Amino acid sequence: MAFGGPLRISMPSDTEILTERDFSAPRDLVFACYTQPPLIKRWLTGPPGWTMPVCVFEARPGGRYRYEWHKGEERLAMSGVIHAIAVPEHILSEEAFDQAETGGTSKSAVDFEVKPEGTTVVNRLTYASKALRDQIAATGMAEGMEMSFSHLDALLMEGGR
Amino acid sequence: MPTPADLDATFQALSDPTRRAILARLAQGEASVNELAEPFAMSQPAISKHLKVLENAGLISRGRDAQRRPCKLEAQPLAEATGWLIEYRKYWEAQFERLDDLLEELKRLETRA
Repeated sequence: MAFGGPLRISMPSDTEILTERDFSAPRDLVFACYTQPPLIKRWLTGPPGWTMPVCVFEARPGGRYRYEWHKGEERLAMSGVIHAIAVPEHILSEEAFDQAETGGTSKSAVDFEVKPEGTTVVNRLTYASKALRDQIAATGMAEGMEMSFSHLDALLMEGGR
Repeated sequence: MPTPADLDATFQALSDPTRRAILARLAQGEASVNELAEPFAMSQPAISKHLKVLENAGLISRGRDAQRRPCKLEAQPLAEATGWLIEYRKYWEAQFERLDDLLEELKRLETRA
C-alpha cells in the first residue's frame, strides 16, 4: 500500500487531540504546503462547498496567520500567532476561531518527520478544557456542537426501531 | 472507526440514567466507588455493577490502586458515539486527500524543473 492515509486520531488526554498523517512526498514540500498561502489555499479549503478566499501565513516567530472560509453569506474564520518555527521541521502556534461562543484558544504543535517513504505530519492540539476541546473541534466542521447531539439522537432513533 | 458492535455497547451503557449520571460526575474528575455511590443512595455492589457495564463499553477505566481503584472517564468512545470525532475525521481526511493531490502535482513540477 502506498504511504498515505488514513488519518490516525487519538486523544492522549482529555484536553488534547493528536493527529498523524503520512504523505508520500519529501518533507520540504509538505512543509511548504503548510506555510505558503498560495499552497495552503489549495488544500485547506474547508467543508464541501466552502472556499478559502483569505489566507495569511507569516512564517516566522511572532508571525500571524489568518484563515477565512466562505460559503455564500456564511463565514468561518480563525486567527493564530506563531510562537516558534523551525524550517522544515516544526511549527508551534496558538489559534482561535472568531466565533465568540467558542471563547478559547488552542495550542498547536506540528512536527514534520522524515520517513523512508515520505513525511509524517504529527499535530498535537491542546485546549484549556475537555469541554472546549470538544466544542472547538466540532466548530472546525462549521456545523457546531448541535450537530453532534442531533447525530446521537438519530443513532438512538435507529437503535429504537 | 467504531464498529456497530462498539456503538451498541456504548448506547447500551448510555441507556441507563444512573450510568449517565455517573459519567456526568466523572466528567468533573476521577472518583472512587464510594464517592460515586454516595449521591445515588445505592449500595456499593449496585454501583459496581453499573461501573462494570461502563468499563466493558470502554467509557471508563479503573485505576490500579487496589484499595481505591478510582474511575476515570474515557473520552474517545463517547466522542465517537456523539459524532464529532467521526465528523472531525471525515473533515480532515477530505482536506488531506486534497493535500495528497497537491503534493503529487508539486512533485511532478520538481522533476520537470
